[in-house]
Amino acid sequence: MTGGTGTVDEASATPEASATSRPVVARFDHVSMVFEGNTAVDDLSLDIYEGEFFSLLGPSGCGKTTSLRMLGGFEEPTRGRIFLAGKDVTFQAPYTRDVNTVFQSYALFPHLDVFENVAFGLRRRRTSKADVKRRVGEILEIVDLPNFERRRPNQLSGGQQQRVALARALVNEPSLLLLDEPMSALDAKLRRQMQVELKRIQTRVGITFLYVTHDQEEAMTMSDRLAVMRHGRIEGIGSPQEIYDSPTTEFVATFLGASNLLAGNVTGVEGSIATVTLTHGWSVRVGVGRLPEARVGTPVKVGVRPEKISLGTGAAAPGSDHNSLRGRVKVSTFTGVGNQYLVEMPWGTDVTVYAQNIGEATAPRSGEEVVLTWPIEHTFAVRPMASGSTEDETNTGDNDE
Amino acid sequence: MSVVSDAATVGGRPHEPVAPATKRPHHWGRIALPAYSWLVIAYLVFPIVVMFVYSFNKSVGGVPQVSFSWNGFTTLWYRTWNDAPGLTSAFWLSIRLALIATAISTVLGTLLAMALVRYRPRQFHGKGVIEQILFVNIAAPEIVMGASLLGLFVTFNIGRGFITLVLAHVMFCIAYVAVTVRARLTGFDRSLEEASYDLGAGPFTTFRRVTLPMIMPGVLAGALMAFALSIDDFVTSNFVSGTSSPFPVLIYASTRVGIPPQVFVFGSVIFAVGIALALSSLAIGRKRI
Ligand SMILES: Nc1ncnc2c1ncn2[C@@H]1O[C@H](COP(=O)(O)OP(=O)(O)O)[C@@H](O)[C@H]1O
Ligand SMILES: [Mg+2]
Repeated sequence: MTGGTGTVDEASATPEASATSRPVVARFDHVSMVFEGNTAVDDLSLDIYEGEFFSLLGPSGCGKTTSLRMLGGFEEPTRGRIFLAGKDVTFQAPYTRDVNTVFQSYALFPHLDVFENVAFGLRRRRTSKADVKRRVGEILEIVDLPNFERRRPNQLSGGQQQRVALARALVNEPSLLLLDEPMSALDAKLRRQMQVELKRIQTRVGITFLYVTHDQEEAMTMSDRLAVMRHGRIEGIGSPQEIYDSPTTEFVATFLGASNLLAGNVTGVEGSIATVTLTHGWSVRVGVGRLPEARVGTPVKVGVRPEKISLGTGAAAPGSDHNSLRGRVKVSTFTGVGNQYLVEMPWGTDVTVYAQNIGEATAPRSGEEVVLTWPIEHTFAVRPMASGSTEDETNTGDNDE
Repeated sequence: MSVVSDAATVGGRPHEPVAPATKRPHHWGRIALPAYSWLVIAYLVFPIVVMFVYSFNKSVGGVPQVSFSWNGFTTLWYRTWNDAPGLTSAFWLSIRLALIATAISTVLGTLLAMALVRYRPRQFHGKGVIEQILFVNIAAPEIVMGASLLGLFVTFNIGRGFITLVLAHVMFCIAYVAVTVRARLTGFDRSLEEASYDLGAGPFTTFRRVTLPMIMPGVLAGALMAFALSIDDFVTSNFVSGTSSPFPVLIYASTRVGIPPQVFVFGSVIFAVGIALALSSLAIGRKRI
């Protein structure tokens, strides 16, 4: 994805641009949901376009499920409007809405076999017997569960139950499919397998997916677009690459992938490049467009992703399009695909660096002095978050829950 | 056992003879508990055995009355089962009454249980009071209920008969049904109903296709209990039956003049049918699992 000339143009030409020209399937219009004084969803406005795989990503308790339930019709928002295919459905009952849900617990009917579970929605719409049989057979084929028709849900593994839940929703060909952390009950290996599978199914059936997860890797792997939620609000929205490369808030920068964030102040703006002086005197440069506010004196945190940094011995020439900082390797960990370094800055902060294992013999060892270099275009800046609020909810690794 | 320990000692450790597995000590409970259980069963079954045996007893001097001394074997009472005055019609009355009371109380009790489980106190005013009343209804002495029902019917000048019997039986069955169904509903996963709505089923279809099948075991258990309560009720029925006597009331009345031996025939047959039903439900249950 990254690297090579011309990618920037491509990126701006593809999913985003074409998505916005597509019809809007679902719209949250200034929606808030307050539970007994506790605001679960806070003034949410969001458009979901036809055919896209959209993810709502955020830590547990940030309001993802509540948002989904309002679309499904299981909760009425305290304020705001919800539209499906341009129609106001805010107070419409769930059984009149053209959406289907894959529930977190799957909610398969235990007293019905797989066939009857999947056929449930079709039967409610008085589909002819032959059609029911054909469509259930087709969808079970798609989710790779042929010959399971007569099994009961309690005779299926977790992964199979999940496929049945998916088939039961998809068979109705809704205009929008809602999925609430459908992978959370699966083990890590099966989950990765199902991610690929789910994306394949979505491409094949062409139905719009609204996918809820707290797993940033999952969201990035599958989504065309995603929104990062926190405390009932959207903190960032865009394609996975946009959000990863240009996070707009400190929370997004740390929740979605790992980031090195260095606190400082804007001290100069020259043309399209701004200089940020770090708290301890060193300075780095960042594109003016990346700043939350292009004004000298603005406090910011400058960020760079660990894999964008290269380690060397010589500093970048002044005036080049690279930033460089000097440090000492504290920890060096070989991970097979590469090396992970913890480099200590002169003022004590640690910076994480990933270097790919491409057969270079001169991997720096612990205690060695190194120079960190990275391109200005891979430098971003965010407004510092109120201190102390990151601890409980940032997700810097691939941890679950 | 020995294979595992042999394998474990391969390589290094000296090969020791495997110690014989210590025998489990004989526990006195292994003899005493079954013996005790059989004694309890015998205690429970003995009266029925007596009834069964005496259903084949000849009567003294040609009077069709139960006699409790053994006068010789006869199948006469089985052949003349329909000849005791009023007995057969009382039996059918009891069956009809139990079926109707069961049907009504099962519907009402199930709906009551749904209301009690589904609504929080704030949405459902007086929920606590209703739960207390249910408890009182179960705990109250039947003689009190029967007497007050009689008082009620007399006060409002309601003629006693089949209708008052149905009213009374439904009244004392509802609480049992409600409590049984409520137990089943308490662990009910509401997301199943949401899934049903999500798939386009309205509230009624959802109840019929999802909720009811899921709570059916509780509903059936409640119905069985209601049937059992109704069919052998004597105290309340005696107060409110008027001239249409159900089976237990009729038998009690006949004790004053002498119990017709056909009563034992009915008793034995009912018991046999009950056992047959229990066994077949057991067999069906086995096959399903
Ligand atoms: N029915 C409810 N009653 C009261 N509070 C609720 C209810 N549902 C959700 N909440 C609260 O709303 C917030 C968001 O919940 P939820 O949407 O389930 O989060 P997520 O799915 O992102 O983990 C949480 O603080 C949760 O406790
Ligand atoms: Mg949730």
